[in-house]
Amino acid sequence: MTSELDIFVGNTTLIDEDVYRLWLDGYSVSDAVSLRVRSGILEQTGATAAVLQSDTMDHYRTFHMLERLLHAPPKLLHQLIFQIPPSRQALLIERYYAFDEAFVREVLGKKLSKGTKKDLDDISTKTGITLKSCRRQFDNFKRVFKVVEEMRGSLVDNIQQHFLLSDRLARDYAAIVFFANNRFETGKKKLQYLSFGDFAFCAELMIQNWTLGAVDSQVADMDVDLDKEFLQDLKELKMLVADKDLLDLHKSLVCTALRGKLGVFSEMEANFKNLSRGLVNVAAKLTHNKDVRDLFVDLVEKFVEPCRSDHWPLNDVRLFLNQYSASVHSLDGFRHQALWDRYMGTLRGCLLRLYHD
Amino acid sequence: MPGKLKVKIVAGRHLPVMDRASDLTDAFVEVKFGNTTFKTDVYLKSLNPQWNSEWFKFEVDDEDLQDEPLQITVLDHDTYSANDAIGKVYIDIDPLLYSEAATVISGWFPIYDTIHGIRGEINVVVKVDLFNDLNRFRQSSCGVKFFCTTSIPKCYRAVIIHGFVEELVVNEDPEYQWIDRIRTPRASNEARQRLISLMSGELQRKIGLKVLEMRGNAVVGYLQCFDLEGESGLVVRAIGTACTLDKLSSPAAFLPACNSPSKEMKESPLVHPPSHGCRSTHNSPIHTATGSRLTQNFSVSVPTLIYTGMGSGSAGKEGGPFKALLRQQTQSALEQREFPFFTLTAFPPGFLVHVGGVVSARSVKLLDRIHNPDEPETRDAWWAEIRQEIKSHAKALGCHAVVGYSESTSICEEVCILSASGTAAVLNPRFLQDGTVEGCLEQRLEENLPVGCGFCHIPYDELNMPFPAHLTYCYNCRKQKVPDVLFTTVDLPTDATVIGKGCLIQARLCRLKKKAQAEANATAISNLLPFMEYEVHTQLMNKLKLKGMNALFGLRIQITVGENMLMGLASATGVYLAALPTPGGIQIAGKTPNDGSYEQHISHMQKKINDTIAKNKELYEINPPEISEEIIGSPIPEPRQRSRLLRSQSESSDEVTELDLSHGKKDAFVLEIDDTDAMEDVHSLLTDVPPPSGFYSCNTEIMPGINNWTSEIQMFTSVRVIRLSSLNLTNQALNKNFNDLCENLLKSLYFKLRSMIPCCLCHVNFTVSLPEDELIQVTVTAVAITFDKNQALQTTKTHVEKSLQRASTDNEELLQFPLELCSDSLPSHPFPPAKAVTVEKASPMGEGNFRNRSAPPCANSTVGVVKMTPLSFIPGAKITKYLGIINMFFIRETTSLREEGGVSGFLHAFIAEVFAMVRAHVAALGGNAVVSYIMKQCVFMENPNKNQAQCLINVSGDAVVFVRESELEVVSTQQPTANCQPSCTGGEVTT
Repeated sequence: MTSELDIFVGNTTLIDEDVYRLWLDGYSVSDAVSLRVRSGILEQTGATAAVLQSDTMDHYRTFHMLERLLHAPPKLLHQLIFQIPPSRQALLIERYYAFDEAFVREVLGKKLSKGTKKDLDDISTKTGITLKSCRRQFDNFKRVFKVVEEMRGSLVDNIQQHFLLSDRLARDYAAIVFFANNRFETGKKKLQYLSFGDFAFCAELMIQNWTLGAVDSQVADMDVDLDKEFLQDLKELKMLVADKDLLDLHKSLVCTALRGKLGVFSEMEANFKNLSRGLVNVAAKLTHNKDVRDLFVDLVEKFVEPCRSDHWPLNDVRLFLNQYSASVHSLDGFRHQALWDRYMGTLRGCLLRLYHD
Repeated sequence: MPGKLKVKIVAGRHLPVMDRASDLTDAFVEVKFGNTTFKTDVYLKSLNPQWNSEWFKFEVDDEDLQDEPLQITVLDHDTYSANDAIGKVYIDIDPLLYSEAATVISGWFPIYDTIHGIRGEINVVVKVDLFNDLNRFRQSSCGVKFFCTTSIPKCYRAVIIHGFVEELVVNEDPEYQWIDRIRTPRASNEARQRLISLMSGELQRKIGLKVLEMRGNAVVGYLQCFDLEGESGLVVRAIGTACTLDKLSSPAAFLPACNSPSKEMKESPLVHPPSHGCRSTHNSPIHTATGSRLTQNFSVSVPTLIYTGMGSGSAGKEGGPFKALLRQQTQSALEQREFPFFTLTAFPPGFLVHVGGVVSARSVKLLDRIHNPDEPETRDAWWAEIRQEIKSHAKALGCHAVVGYSESTSICEEVCILSASGTAAVLNPRFLQDGTVEGCLEQRLEENLPVGCGFCHIPYDELNMPFPAHLTYCYNCRKQKVPDVLFTTVDLPTDATVIGKGCLIQARLCRLKKKAQAEANATAISNLLPFMEYEVHTQLMNKLKLKGMNALFGLRIQITVGENMLMGLASATGVYLAALPTPGGIQIAGKTPNDGSYEQHISHMQKKINDTIAKNKELYEINPPEISEEIIGSPIPEPRQRSRLLRSQSESSDEVTELDLSHGKKDAFVLEIDDTDAMEDVHSLLTDVPPPSGFYSCNTEIMPGINNWTSEIQMFTSVRVIRLSSLNLTNQALNKNFNDLCENLLKSLYFKLRSMIPCCLCHVNFTVSLPEDELIQVTVTAVAITFDKNQALQTTKTHVEKSLQRASTDNEELLQFPLELCSDSLPSHPFPPAKAVTVEKASPMGEGNFRNRSAPPCANSTVGVVKMTPLSFIPGAKITKYLGIINMFFIRETTSLREEGGVSGFLHAFIAEVFAMVRAHVAALGGNAVVSYIMKQCVFMENPNKNQAQCLINVSGDAVVFVRESELEVVSTQQPTANCQPSCTGGEVTT
């Protein structure tokens, strides 16, 4: 006796959250069944393995049919085939677009192209995430990217509107899109200590302050591309380190203000010029695409690592950066105060976030 | 020109990409009714076209309005080649033809293609202006309401229940016409869908005419079925119960507090005598033979069983004269009818006086391949024959009517089994018609019907019983005789006293049969049938005893014929009726009692059985009040210690033998344990696993003993097909396979629905078919309803207490004031209806208001929820309006089975699509639920080698508007100064 056909269709579509997770995680039906058996469900419910197999198959089939709709979530809301309560719809969408930290760290800042897709095998092996799940996550990134890439208006809003994600998840996707578009390097060894959250935080600040949208909210690509003019202007900051007097003045202003307040004052005093050069040079280099990509590498190399090797406490870093940014306003010979604020305001936020072990 | 149909095509959405080059579609729409077609403009390059067409107007006869479906075809315009069809929508406009139902059909309909399934949606508005034309000879029956519900619909009251209506229409099946060889599968499927739609329209119109002839205005319990007879044709047949219904104008009249739907039933219809003007002395109903060209040259009628309680007993005469009087009246009321049948399964209180037992008839017919229109024998004659048989069975049981009546067929190649079954009953003539009944007589009759047990009392004469039955005095009123077991096809009457909870009981059986042709085949089948009926009955009886119960409700026996086997599946809900005696246990007896080890084996089995019975009693909370023997007294001839029932229903037929229709052999009650078959039987009895804790199941509307349903319901359909390995095809192996299939299916359901615990699967409906040699297909539709556990416990407790109390008072009073008891225990019958009427009048609530509130939020972006249930009610809600019948037929075919996920993927998607289309039609009518939903047919055929599959599904139900009880309270407390504007503009120009 073999089962040729075995289906269950409810007027309200049954969604089993646990099975949905297994499906999203890319397990095959048989793997999912054995995982469910291990969870002790048979003992709890008195069911047999055959029942579990049939149930899992059914759910997988349903998810498979829903997947097409999940690719364009508003369709899930308007379709008539599956009657699903709104809260469940939201759950389906949110979980479908959720991603693994380990996975996103691997592809963050990479071009979402076929080439990268080919590397998914390696990523799967490296992260232990099933290839199927990697593909889903990658395709989600790519799909969201394609849809919002050339859209007007706020990136987060656009993502929310077209994919009906929660605010939190939409922000994460905004970061992913932003990173993919600007191809920031995040995979270098010295960046490994950074989490996706760190990058997402920086992305948000950068979107708010450094993109076209920060100046004009009616341009296409406004939140995705950095403001080219702004990057060009950043060259002007170079005089802060090129002009020796200015550099000395800046240093003395910062040192005066921070004397007695920093635990690492002497280290700061000794390193001031290096740090300042590092920060200003990063700004000046941003006209080249390649240097834009290396932004995070540079920040870590030029600022985070030196401070960390001198064991600066986070609070000292904060005090220093505040003073470092503010003191520029007292430099009479320096005219690009607004530019400096736009640059340093964001950078300060980023650096504080990046400064940890 | 009696009608104008107006159609407007508004927009489309989610259309498929038809032009690969642009990834877009140039869509336009053809609107067709009868022979007239209109077209919209082509909306270029869009997947979400906005046609916003003018109103297309069709001027048509109302006859056509009833017969024809509105056909909407969405196409992709192509300049150079033929336009590609995207898909179609068929809209049945019947609901617009009676004034009380929907006034407009407006909404998003899935665009359906028989090859690709649903491909986007289209927004359509449909209206009908009807002009009365009284002079014409009526061919149409506009205005007759149809209900699938097998009880009086909730917001109506039955003035008169006229009786049985039936009709059938025959045509050639387009799939088998010569043209099918040259047309595409799509064209063939569409021809079939359209034809069936037409035929159902015609059938409904004809039934409507009969109802008008009987002076009725509605058909309740309307059941329409298709017989796909293959080359010999396509039969669409329908049966129903003609009624005169009166709308209870304000639904607010119902007390919102009353929770159980049955309570509502009790208060609503019929309790006051028919004061309505519509009394009619109708002449004998209808038996028009539709001009069927199909013929038959061979027919075998099968001797039929009559099921009721069994045993023997002596007679008692009390209540005799009343019974006789009653019978006389009923007889006069029913005599005029050719078939005093009722498709209802639930009745207004007082309607059902006595129940005799299940009557059924089957007949094996050979479908004729030869086209011979001169042959007088038609499908009509076949059914007439069977109905006649049913009628005579009912007579034999001393009954004049058959309730819970249904008909079905099973076809395999050219052999067809026609089956009919129902419950023989004595009815209260008051509801059947007019004023021949004297008021005082009625009164007396009513007083003499004890509450909660009257229907159990035997309708036949104790001295001249049609079969050996064991009678005792009723355990409730102690005045009338009752059988020891009662089988019925109806729902449990609302006033019945039940102890504990009920449960689903199934008998399952397979019998191999040799492959044969034509007459030999038919003979083989008809030889097998009596044995199958017998076995099924024995199984049911044994399982019932094993559960410690004494009555079956909603019994449905399905016999399915295949190439090389017959399958029997009986489902029913077992209960313990307080009025009936406690069932005896099951005792095993060996044939050769000398062998020691053998004895041991038997006693072991016996112990297992006894344990199971004890466990079941606990599980279903069956603890009937102990009644001391003294109170029972002498009239009970055999006290309860008889406990030997096996193998035969005629357990102790020491008295009446010649009338033994149940073909029981007197010595057969000893189970021969060395017979392997018998062994199997005992084993299979014990292998039936009870549902996991927190789950109950029944195949009736509601579960006795549970009455605090929450509003959480989940209707579902589950289909399983198994392939038998041809090696082990013995009867036993088959039985085991089939049994496992059903049990596993149930287990799967329990597992899937575990989140709804505590919950009850209601109206569990199994259908078996044998699509191919080695395939068995089982389809189950049911609804799971969650109930409140705490309350449930409470109510059952009080219920039991109450019944305990009642039993004791009964016993006391029985000795002293036997006459007063009956009138006392009558519940507050005469008052509630009056109350209902006054509230009704006092409430200023208009109907429009309700509609406004419950109108689906079409403006909203999300899709409105449409509930579906096989029950006639929605727990925790009031049905405020019936919008019309939903009767849909779909065909789906694929030539890329693997790509669509194999057979399971294909069928899963199709059933989901069918649900979606039903919901969309209901929503477009302005409804938010389908009640009495039923999947009448699910014919699945596959050819995996060719990567092909085809499936036909036929569903029906009643579209309704419901309002949550909680909402209802809010509405009725705040005095509605609100505007009662109807939610739909226009469309009410009808005169």
